[in-house]
Amino acid sequence: MESENENNGRRKFLKFGLLAGGATIASIGIQKNLLSEEKPLTGKKVKVLTADGHLVEVDSSHVEHHASNDPYTAEEIRKGVEGRKFIRVIDLSRCANERKCVEGCQKAHKILAPVEYLKVKRMQDSELTSPYWMPTMCFHCDNPPCTKVCPVDATFKRTDGIVAIDNDRCIGCKFCMAACPYSARTFNFGRPEQKKFTEANKDSIPDNYCRTSYAQEGTVAKCDFCTSRCEQGLLPACVVECPNGAIFHGDELEDTVTNGEDTFRLTELLRSRAGYRLFEELGTKPRVYYLPPVKRQFPFEEATEAHNTQE
Amino acid sequence: MKDPRILSEKTTYETFTQEEYMEMKSDLLRPVQTIGKWGKIWIAFLIMVCIAGVVAYYIQETRSKYVTVSLRDYTMWGVYISNFVFFVALSLIGVLMSAVLKLTHFEWYRPLSRIAEIIAVSAIMLAGVSIVAAMGRPDRLHYLFLHGRIQSPIVWDIIVILTYITASLILLFIPLIPSLSTCSNHLHNKPKWQMRMYEFLSLGWEGTPEQWKVLKKCIKILTVLVIPLGVSIHTVTAWLFATTLRSEWDSTNFGAYFVSGAFLLGVAAMIVAVFVFRKAYKLENYLTPMHFDKLGQALVLMSCIYIYFNVNEYLVPAYKMSGLHANHLLSVFIGKDAPLYWSVVFFGMFVPAILPLFKAMRKPVPLTVIAVVVVIAAWFKRYLIVIPGLAHPYMPIQDVPKSWMHYSPSLVEMTIVSATFAAMMLIVTIFSRFFPIISVWEVAEGKLEGKDEIINYK
Repeated sequence: MESENENNGRRKFLKFGLLAGGATIASIGIQKNLLSEEKPLTGKKVKVLTADGHLVEVDSSHVEHHASNDPYTAEEIRKGVEGRKFIRVIDLSRCANERKCVEGCQKAHKILAPVEYLKVKRMQDSELTSPYWMPTMCFHCDNPPCTKVCPVDATFKRTDGIVAIDNDRCIGCKFCMAACPYSARTFNFGRPEQKKFTEANKDSIPDNYCRTSYAQEGTVAKCDFCTSRCEQGLLPACVVECPNGAIFHGDELEDTVTNGEDTFRLTELLRSRAGYRLFEELGTKPRVYYLPPVKRQFPFEEATEAHNTQE
Repeated sequence: MKDPRILSEKTTYETFTQEEYMEMKSDLLRPVQTIGKWGKIWIAFLIMVCIAGVVAYYIQETRSKYVTVSLRDYTMWGVYISNFVFFVALSLIGVLMSAVLKLTHFEWYRPLSRIAEIIAVSAIMLAGVSIVAAMGRPDRLHYLFLHGRIQSPIVWDIIVILTYITASLILLFIPLIPSLSTCSNHLHNKPKWQMRMYEFLSLGWEGTPEQWKVLKKCIKILTVLVIPLGVSIHTVTAWLFATTLRSEWDSTNFGAYFVSGAFLLGVAAMIVAVFVFRKAYKLENYLTPMHFDKLGQALVLMSCIYIYFNVNEYLVPAYKMSGLHANHLLSVFIGKDAPLYWSVVFFGMFVPAILPLFKAMRKPVPLTVIAVVVVIAAWFKRYLIVIPGLAHPYMPIQDVPKSWMHYSPSLVEMTIVSATFAAMMLIVTIFSRFFPIISVWEVAEGKLEGKDEIINYK
C-alpha cells in the first residue's frame, strides 16, 4: 500500500513539474509578446511617483488605469468611500446668484450650457415675501425615488450617501428623470456642440476636475457631489468656486460642514439656523439642507440677463 | 326529451343547411382567396409608411437626438410614451370584445372575436416598438433581462406584457385551428407554401369530438386567463406614472382610470374595424347593423364609466386646488393646453356618451364617424396625460432655451408614430388576407345551436 502511494505521489510530482515548466515557458512567451507590442501613445501626460521617490510625467499609455485622472470604471463608481457620509448645507442668505458655482461645475465635469447639474432658481414663497436665489442640484436623497424605479440598477445609493449613475449600464429609459420631483437629472441627447467639446477636451484636466465624466450619449447624468474630489478629501467644485461661501459640504459622521473658510458643527448649524430640506413632505429625505434666507448678506437683485438662451 | 325547448332547438338545427354552410364558408374565405386592386394598393401604402418609419428611426439613432427629436430634460417623455400608452390601451380590445362578451354569453361576439384578437396582438407588439423608439440606448435592451430588478415598474410591465402577448397569441391561434383546416380544404389556386402552412399550423386537426372537447376547454381557460392579464397590463402601465412623485400622476385612481379609458377606446376601435372589414371584404351578412347597434350601446356605457373616472381624476384635485396640483391643472383647464384638453373632453367623452343614445346615430355610418372621433381623441388624451404634466414640475423651469420649455413632436417623431400605426394596420391586414377574419366555425356553431342573435336580433 505504502509503496504504491509513494509511487503515485512521485508520478503526481512529475506531472506537476511538467505542467509548471510548461506554464513558465508559456508565460515567458506571453510576456515577451506583450513587451514587444508597443502601445500607441495617447499624448496625455499623467504624473506618477517612481520607486525612488521622484514625481515624473509619463504618457498615459504606459499606465494601466490612472486612478486620479481617468473616468470612473463601472466597479469603482459603485463603491462608496468607507466611513464617510457626505452631506451638504446651503446658506440661502449668502447666495447672490453670481453663478460661479454653475460655471465651476460645468468646467469640472466638462459640460456645456444649457446643461446644468447645479441650477440657481429664483424662488418666492408667496407674493408678500421677498424672493431669494436657491441653488439646487441632486439632493442625494436617503429615500431616493429615482433608484427605486431604475429597471437595470444603473442608478443606486452608495454607502457614503451619494446617489451615483453607472453610465455603462444605463439604458436611457428616463424613468429616473420622471421619478425625480426635483428635476435634478439631465439626459445626454448628444447635442452636437457638446459632442465636439467632449472630443476636443478628452484628455484635458480642468481646474477642480471631477472624474465622473459627462454621461455617454443616450444616458442620464446629474450632480455627483464631485465624487472623486470627495474621495480625495477635496471640496466639490461648486463649493470651491462660490465667492460667498454659500455652499457647505461635509460629513455627517464627522458632524462637520465647511465652505473652505468656515467650518461648522453640522447639527448645531442646522438647529440654530433652522435648517430645512426641500419638499420634506415627499419623504425623499434629501442629504442637502437649506438655511433660510434671513439676515441676508446681499439685497435681492433680479437677474437681468438670461444665460441659457442658445439652443 | 319532452322539453319543448329542445324540440324547438332541433327545428332550428334543421334550418341551417349544408348549402348555407358552404355559402358561408365561401363568403368568409373570399378575402383570403382573392386580393383586389385596392387591397394591394392599401398594403403597398402601409408598407411605404412603415419604410418611412424605419428610415426616420435610422436617422434618429445615427444623428444627434438633440436635433432629430424635440425631447429635452423636462419633457423627456414625449409622443413615443403617449403612443405606447395608446397601444397598450388598444390591446385591451381583445379582453373586452372577445373574452368578456364570450364569458357573459353575448352571442354577437362570435363574428367579432377574431378581429378583436388580432388587433390586440398587433397593438401590444407596436406598444413594445414604441418603447424601444423612446429608449436612449436601444442597443442595451437586453440589459433588462441581464440586470433587471423586480422593484422597478418597468420590469413589472415587461413581465405582464410578455405574458399577455403569449396568452393573446395562443388565444388567437387555438380558435384558428379548425379554420386552418377549412382553409386548406376549401382554398384553391394558392401557392404551395401557403397550403403547406395551413396544413402545418392546423396541427393534424380532424374535427373529432375529442379534439373539439380539448379545443373548447383550452379556449375557455385562456378566455378566463386573459381578462386579469389585460387588466394588469394597463394597470401596470398606469403605475409607470403613478409610482413617481409627480403631482399630475399622483393618484390612487390611475389604474382604474386607464383601464376604463382603454375599454372606451376598445369599443371605438372595434366599431371602426367592423365598419372597414364589412365594407372592404363585403361581410354585410355577418357584420350587421345589429352589431353597430350593440357596439353603440357599449360605447355609451364605456363613455359614462370613463367620464366617472375623469371626474375623480380631475375635479377632485381641482376642487382642492392644492399648490402642488394647481400648476398642472390650471395649465390644462385654462392655460396653454386648454383647447386640446376641452376638445378631448368634448369629443372623446361627451360625444360618445350622448350621441349614440339616439337610434339613428347607431347606424353604421354615423356610429363609425363618432368612433373615429373617439379614437383620435383617445390618442390625444394619452398625449395630455404624459406631456403637460412633465412641463409643469414642482421646481420652476427657469433660464433654459426656448425648446426646453415647450414640447412639440419633431418630424422624425411623428413619422415613427405614423409608422407604428401603419405597422399595426399592416399586421391586421396581412393576417386577414391569410386567415378568415371571421371565425367560420364559431359562427356556424352558433347557428347550429339556433342562436340567431349572432348576427340578428331574435
